Amino acid sequence: MFLWRIMKDDRGGQILLVLLAAAIVLVPILNGLPSDSALHLPTYTVTLIGKYLTLALLAVAVDLVWGYLGILTLGHGAFFALGGYAMGMYLMRQIGDRGVYGNPELPDFMVFLNWQELPWFWQGFDQFWFAAIMVMLAPGILAFVFGALAFRSRVSGVYLSIITQALTFALMLAFYRNEMGFGGNNGLTDFKDLLGFNLQSDSTRIGLFIASALALAFSYLLCRYLMQSRLGRVCVAVRDAESRARFMGYRVENVKLWVFTISAMIAGVAGALYVPQVGIINPNEFSPLNSIEVVVWVAVGGRATLYGAVVGALVINYAKSYFTAELPDIWLFALGGLFVLVTLLLPRGITGLLRPKEAV
Amino acid sequence: MSLQSTMAEVLDRDHVFSFMAPQSAANLNVDKSVLLYLEGISVSFDGFKAINDLNLYINDGELRCIIGPNGAGKTTMMDIITGKTRPDSGAAWFGQTINLLEMDEPAIAQAGIGRKFQKPTVFEFLTVFENLELAMAGDRAVLQILGARISGEQRDRLDEVLELIGLKQLPQMRAGSLSHGQKQWLEIGMLLMQQPRLLLVDEPVAGMTHQEMDRTAELLTSLAGMHSVVVVEHDMDFVRSLAGKDRTVTVLHQGSVLAEGRMEQVQNNRKVVEVYLGE
Repeated sequence: MFLWRIMKDDRGGQILLVLLAAAIVLVPILNGLPSDSALHLPTYTVTLIGKYLTLALLAVAVDLVWGYLGILTLGHGAFFALGGYAMGMYLMRQIGDRGVYGNPELPDFMVFLNWQELPWFWQGFDQFWFAAIMVMLAPGILAFVFGALAFRSRVSGVYLSIITQALTFALMLAFYRNEMGFGGNNGLTDFKDLLGFNLQSDSTRIGLFIASALALAFSYLLCRYLMQSRLGRVCVAVRDAESRARFMGYRVENVKLWVFTISAMIAGVAGALYVPQVGIINPNEFSPLNSIEVVVWVAVGGRATLYGAVVGALVINYAKSYFTAELPDIWLFALGGLFVLVTLLLPRGITGLLRPKEAV
Repeated sequence: MSLQSTMAEVLDRDHVFSFMAPQSAANLNVDKSVLLYLEGISVSFDGFKAINDLNLYINDGELRCIIGPNGAGKTTMMDIITGKTRPDSGAAWFGQTINLLEMDEPAIAQAGIGRKFQKPTVFEFLTVFENLELAMAGDRAVLQILGARISGEQRDRLDEVLELIGLKQLPQMRAGSLSHGQKQWLEIGMLLMQQPRLLLVDEPVAGMTHQEMDRTAELLTSLAGMHSVVVVEHDMDFVRSLAGKDRTVTVLHQGSVLAEGRMEQVQNNRKVVEVYLGE
């Protein structure tokens, strides 16, 4: 069977998919229990886990290009944020005349800026299908153009990392500007409903959680399919000895370009699922720091395993939530200490502890 | 071009415009039984002439040894042939029809030139089997390699090469865990899988034992005929055993050909002796 073929050598991935399936079944049940029950799962927690899952999806996208292809991207947050903005624009249009100014056509911030009509790039975002396509297309096109320029001219290593960093920084500055038409530094917020479902209701939040879990599972399978094919082995070959692969006749730049673009589209989907769960998207999501943090999740979880990225994202984000609540003064140090310890003691990440030692 | 002929061309239904014609259509043509032409090639790095008016012809099916002191330009020459370095002047043709100077590394590799590096370069994270699989001749487009499967025929070929390079017992071993000599062999095996018409082999016996050297010499000699093989080597004993009595040896010095001929001729050449032993 197809699924079995791509998953049979991936014990960690099998466990991950089983856990995701279990979560999809159990979370709605636990959430439905009466609130005085010990096993009751508050909706707040459901949304929190859903948010973690979208971040895990972003980590998987980064692992695809960094772990397997060796491109240390420090700008994947840009693709995540673009996907988020595409979703945010749809949600803005769904508000209709329920905004503060009651304008049925224009979002509040445009009324506030005295704009008379909807800019051309906002057209079509009242349709969910259009927004759904843009969620993948916008990051995909950006990644394709960026990749075509960077990989053709054989920019690699630290230089490429710096350019990706510059990309997300430039986008952040651009999105901060009011005249860009994306809400300036306030971003897009005050969302009301998605596909007609009220975003504040428990059932919508459960639905978003399930959608995030499914997106993670499907993207995992897609990445796994790509990486267990010969293409995946070529990726590893490019990572370890790029010029050898080139002298063997592989068009390294094309391999990089396609995998990078696919990864950006996955990041876009992650962003689109993230935004309705946190209720806001603003230019801060483009901040270079965010992108660097994703790389740290992947490193902590374990590179080039895909499931390691998920583990890393979940562990660090949980730790972040825990420390900011319990130890607000020292959480930065705690997090920093965790990174240092993992880097020094676990070069293969947390999941490296569970895998058999590889002879390299 | 006159307007009339342009019109005739545009209106001709069967006309294939040059920009539409498939680029890779240039087939290897060795009518003159010469496989590789390097003519008047010069290249300099920061004013230093690494290659200086180099002329070299490799016949189809020939085994050619190239020797020369350090800095003679041997590796630079290979870089030029494989598209890594662009020469400042000169011409490089593969057969009669393929202009190497217009192509990049992957295109040259696919046209049929394989290269073995001085330092053994294998994909350390992949297994021996996977290394050979990636080297296997075939379509290298992204979509093609995504759905690629190993056919029965290819499987046989893989087993054959595994046997030949003495790694039949270790197909699932990570290439990074192999010994130095085994890596050298694996890389040669990868070249064989690629089935190139021309093999460029840079110092194949560096770090090998005498026994392994003999086997390598045997293998390279057996390849000649089907493929052309160019071996760059420092080790004189190895070159002697490879060149035998009737193969051509080329001596490079300061980026151009100093002497060319059979081993004993070259060895007795006064200029060669000077370069190698000093004045």
